[in-house]
Amino acid sequence: MKISPNKTPMKEQSPELRKQNFSEVALGYTPEEAIMEAQRCMQCKNAPCIKGCPVGIDIPSFILLIRKGKFDKALEKIQETNLLPAICGRVCPQEKQCEAFCTVGKIKGHEPVAIGRLERFVADWEAQKDNPKMPEIIERKNKKIAIVGSGPAGLTCASYLAKKGYRVVVFEALHEFGGVLTYGIPEFRLPKAIVKREIDMIKALGVELIKDVVVGNTITFEELRRDFDAIFIGTGAGVPKFLGIKGTNLIGIYSANEFLTRINLMKAYKFPEYDTPVLRGEKVVVVGAGNVAMDAARSALRIGAKEVTVIYRRTVKEMPARIEEYHHAVEEGVKFIWLSTPVEYLGDEEGKLRKVKCIRMKLTEPDESGRRRPVPIENSEFLLEADLVIEAIGQGPNKILLNSIPDLELNSRGYIKVDPETMQTSIPGVYAGGDIVTGAATVIEAMGAGKRAALAIDNFLRNDSQ
Amino acid sequence: MGYKLVEKKEIAPKIFDLIFEAPEIAQHAKAGQFVIVRVDEKGERIPLTIAQKFDRQIRLVVQVVGKSTEKLSKLSVGSEVEDIAGPLGNPSEIDEFGNVLVIGGGVGIAAILPIVKALYEAGNYTNVIIGARSKDFLILMDDISKYSHNLIVTTDDGSFGMKGLVTDAFRSLIKEGKEIKIAWAVGPVVMMENCSKVASEFGIPIWTSLNPVMIDGTGMCGGCRVEVNGVIKFACADGPEFDGRYVNWEDLKKRLVQYKEYEMKAKKFNNRG
Ligand SMILES: Cc1cc2nc3c(=O)[nH]c(=O)nc-3n(C[C@H](O)[C@H](O)[C@H](O)COP(=O)(O)OP(=O)(O)OC[C@H]3O[C@@H](n4cnc5c(N)ncnc54)[C@H](O)[C@@H]3O)c2cc1C
Ligand SMILES: Cc1cc2nc3c(=O)[nH]c(=O)nc-3n(C[C@H](O)[C@H](O)[C@H](O)COP(=O)(O)OP(=O)(O)OC[C@H]3O[C@@H](n4cnc5c(N)ncnc54)[C@H](O)[C@@H]3O)c2cc1C
Ligand code: SF4
Ligand code: SF4
Ligand code: FES
Repeated sequence: MKISPNKTPMKEQSPELRKQNFSEVALGYTPEEAIMEAQRCMQCKNAPCIKGCPVGIDIPSFILLIRKGKFDKALEKIQETNLLPAICGRVCPQEKQCEAFCTVGKIKGHEPVAIGRLERFVADWEAQKDNPKMPEIIERKNKKIAIVGSGPAGLTCASYLAKKGYRVVVFEALHEFGGVLTYGIPEFRLPKAIVKREIDMIKALGVELIKDVVVGNTITFEELRRDFDAIFIGTGAGVPKFLGIKGTNLIGIYSANEFLTRINLMKAYKFPEYDTPVLRGEKVVVVGAGNVAMDAARSALRIGAKEVTVIYRRTVKEMPARIEEYHHAVEEGVKFIWLSTPVEYLGDEEGKLRKVKCIRMKLTEPDESGRRRPVPIENSEFLLEADLVIEAIGQGPNKILLNSIPDLELNSRGYIKVDPETMQTSIPGVYAGGDIVTGAATVIEAMGAGKRAALAIDNFLRNDSQ
Repeated sequence: MGYKLVEKKEIAPKIFDLIFEAPEIAQHAKAGQFVIVRVDEKGERIPLTIAQKFDRQIRLVVQVVGKSTEKLSKLSVGSEVEDIAGPLGNPSEIDEFGNVLVIGGGVGIAAILPIVKALYEAGNYTNVIIGARSKDFLILMDDISKYSHNLIVTTDDGSFGMKGLVTDAFRSLIKEGKEIKIAWAVGPVVMMENCSKVASEFGIPIWTSLNPVMIDGTGMCGGCRVEVNGVIKFACADGPEFDGRYVNWEDLKKRLVQYKEYEMKAKKFNNRG
C-alpha cells in the first residue's frame, strides 16, 4: 500500500481568531482522520519509534488498535506505560523524540507518522465517555511513599507506585497540582481541564494529593523521613534567571514565570473577574527564543498587546523552541529580531519601562562544544520602544527544600545528583527526578525519570521488607 | 480542605485580628515568617505575617487596603478560606545580643509581636517602640508589653504616649545613652526607610521586613524582587528581612504601586457585585 507523504492535517483555529482567545489552537482528529493517519504506520517489527519515547510506549500496537477502531484498547495499551497521554500527545517535542525515529519519516519526501496526534486522539476520545476505565490495582501494600512536587515527574512516580499498591501522598506547594503543566504552559496549548482530568485519574488510583504544603517549611524533610518509607523529590526548576542589566527593577519587566503564572495559575486574563492583575503591555518585547518565550509572546498577544517582538542573541537556526510553536507565533503576528540582545532598560520618573536599549550580535566560529558563541558588535546599539519586557532566558533549581537538606549531594549547577539508573540520591531511600535533576527539560523526560524512580523505589522497599 | 476562621475582631478602624485553624503551619512557624492566603477560588495570593501561633491555630492581623483584604475582613467566623500556605520566608535571626530595639508602626505592630517575644525569651533586654496615627490605631499593646523591658509608645497626634514619630523616639533612646546592638523595624515603607536612616547614622544594623507584591511566595516568579546592596534579591525566598541600611527604598516604593490602576478596578468590581 502506498503511504501518503504527509501527516493527516489537524484542524486549527485560524490565527486571526485564536490570537484573541485562550482556547486551544489545535483542535484534534476526528475518528476518521485518526484511522486514516493510523494507516500510515508500517508496523515495523523493530519499531524504532519506541526508542525515541522516554517512557517506551508500545507505539505500533496502539496505532494498530486505532486502525481497527478499537480506541479504548488503544488507550489501555498507552496507559500501560503512560498515564498522561492527553498531555504528552499535546506537548511532547515529538519531532525530536518518537517521530524522529519513525521509519516513514525516513522515506524521502515523507513526514513521520503523527504519533503525538494519535496519542492525543485516543486520550480525548475516551475522556468524552462518562466513566473512563481505571487500571486495576492487584496487590495492596502498607508501605508509604511521599512525593514532593506535583509536576509530571512527581505525578508519574506517584501513579506507578499506586498501581503497585503502595500508599502514596503527593505534597504540592502551590494551590493547584500539575507543576509547569498548570502554572507555565498556557491554556491555548494545554487546556487546564485536560490537566485536571489526567490528575483526577491519578487520584482515582488512590493517590492522595495535598496542596499548600511547602516541604521544608510546612513539614520538614526529617518529618517526611520519619513518616514515610521512601521519598521522591520532583520539585522542578522554576527559579527565574534575569539578564541582570541596568533597569531590571523597572515596572513592566517580568520573568516569563511571573507573567505566565499570573495568567495561567491566577487566571489574570480574566481580571477583574479573577482578582490577580497582569500588566497589559501595548508594545511587548520578549527576550529569548525557547518554548517559554513563545508561550510568553503568544500570551501577551492574547491579553491585548498591539505589537510583540521576540529578541534572540543567536539565529533562527539555533532557536531552542519547537518549530511548530515558532510557526504558530509567526502566523499570529509575533515579530522576531535575531542576533540582538538587550543591554539596558530605560524608564520614566515613575519607574515605568519606556525603552529597551539593545545591541547587535554576531556568531563566532564554533568552540570545542560545537556551539557558535554570540558576541556583541561594537557601536551597534539600537532602541526599541516597549512598555513590557518578558525575560525568558532560563530557570534554576527550586531551592526551598534543597536548602533544608544539607547532606543531600548536588552537582556544580545546584541540581540533585542521582544514580541515572535508579534515580537514587546520596541519601538512601530518597529519590529524585525531573527538572530538579536535569535542569529545565521536557514533560516526558520528567515522566521517564518518575517512572524509573518508581521502579527503583519498589525494588528498594521489597528488599527492605525482607 | 479549607482553613477555618475561628475568631475575628476589629481591633482598630479597618484592622482585623483573625485566628485561623492551620495546625501544620502553627507547629512550624517561627518569628519573622509569613503565610500566603487565598480567600476563594478567584482570589489573589496575598502575603500576611504570622503575628502569633498557638497549638493548632495562627493569628493574622490584617489592615483593609483593597479587594483581598476586604474579602478577608468580611469572612464570618466558622467559614473557611481556600488556601493558607506557609510558613514562608526566613525566620528572624534571633540570638542573645544584649540590648536590642524593635520598632513597629501601624499594622506592623502585629508583625513585631513574635520578634519581640523571641528576643525576650532569648534573654535580650528589649526596647520596643510602637507608633500609630492616634490612640485608636494602637494595636496589641498588652501582648507586646508582656515581652518588653522598655516600651515606648508614640502617636502622631499625641492622643496617647509621646507625640511624634517612632524615629523621634528612636533618637531620644540613643540620646539617653542606650547602646543598641541591633534593631528591627516593621511597618509602612516610609517608616522603615526613615528608621534605617537613623540606624545608619549611628551604625546600628537594622532588620526591616520588606513587603513587595508577591505571588507564589516560594521564589518561583521573581515578582517580589528588591534591590539590596545593589544586588537583586527575592524578598519571599531571600528575605523578607533585610538590613534596611542597604535597601533601595525608592525602588521598593515605586514597585509597590505598579498595579494601582488595576487595584482600583478590582475594588470597583468587588463593590459592584
Ligand atoms: C512555559 C513553559 C513551557 C514549556 N513547554 C513545554 C513543552 O511544550 N513540552 C515539553 O515537553 N516541556 C515543556 N516545558 C518543560 C516542562 O514543563 C518541564 O520540563 C516539566 O514540567 C518538568 O517537570 P517536573 O515534574 O520536574 O517539575 P515541575 O513541572 O516544575 O513541577 C514541580 C512542582 O514542585 C512544586 N514544588 C517545588 N518545591 C516544592 C516544595 N518544597 N514542596 C512542595 N512542592 C514543591 C512546584 O510548585 C511544582 O508544582 C515547558 C516549561 C515551561 C516553563
Ligand atoms: C511579607 C509580607 C507580609 C505582610 N504582612 C502583612 C500583615 O501582617 N498585615 C497586613 O495587613 N498586610 C501585610 N502585608 C501587606 C499585604 O499583603 C497587602 O496589604 C495585601 O496584599 C493587599 O491586597 P488587597 O487586594 O487588599 O489590596 P490591593 O488593592 O490589591 O493593593 C493595595 C496595596 O497592597 C499591596 N499589594 C497588593 N497586592 C499585593 C500582593 N499580592 N502582595 C503584597 N502586597 C500587595 C500593594 O502595595 C498595593 O498597592 C504583607 C506583605 C508582605 C510582602
Ligand atoms: S509520550 Fe511523547 S515521546 Fe512518547 S510516544 Fe507519546 S508523544 Fe511520543
Ligand atoms: S517507526 Fe513509524 S511506521 Fe514504524 S512502527 Fe513506529 S510509528 Fe509505525
Ligand atoms: S513571590 Fe514569587 S519569587 Fe517571591
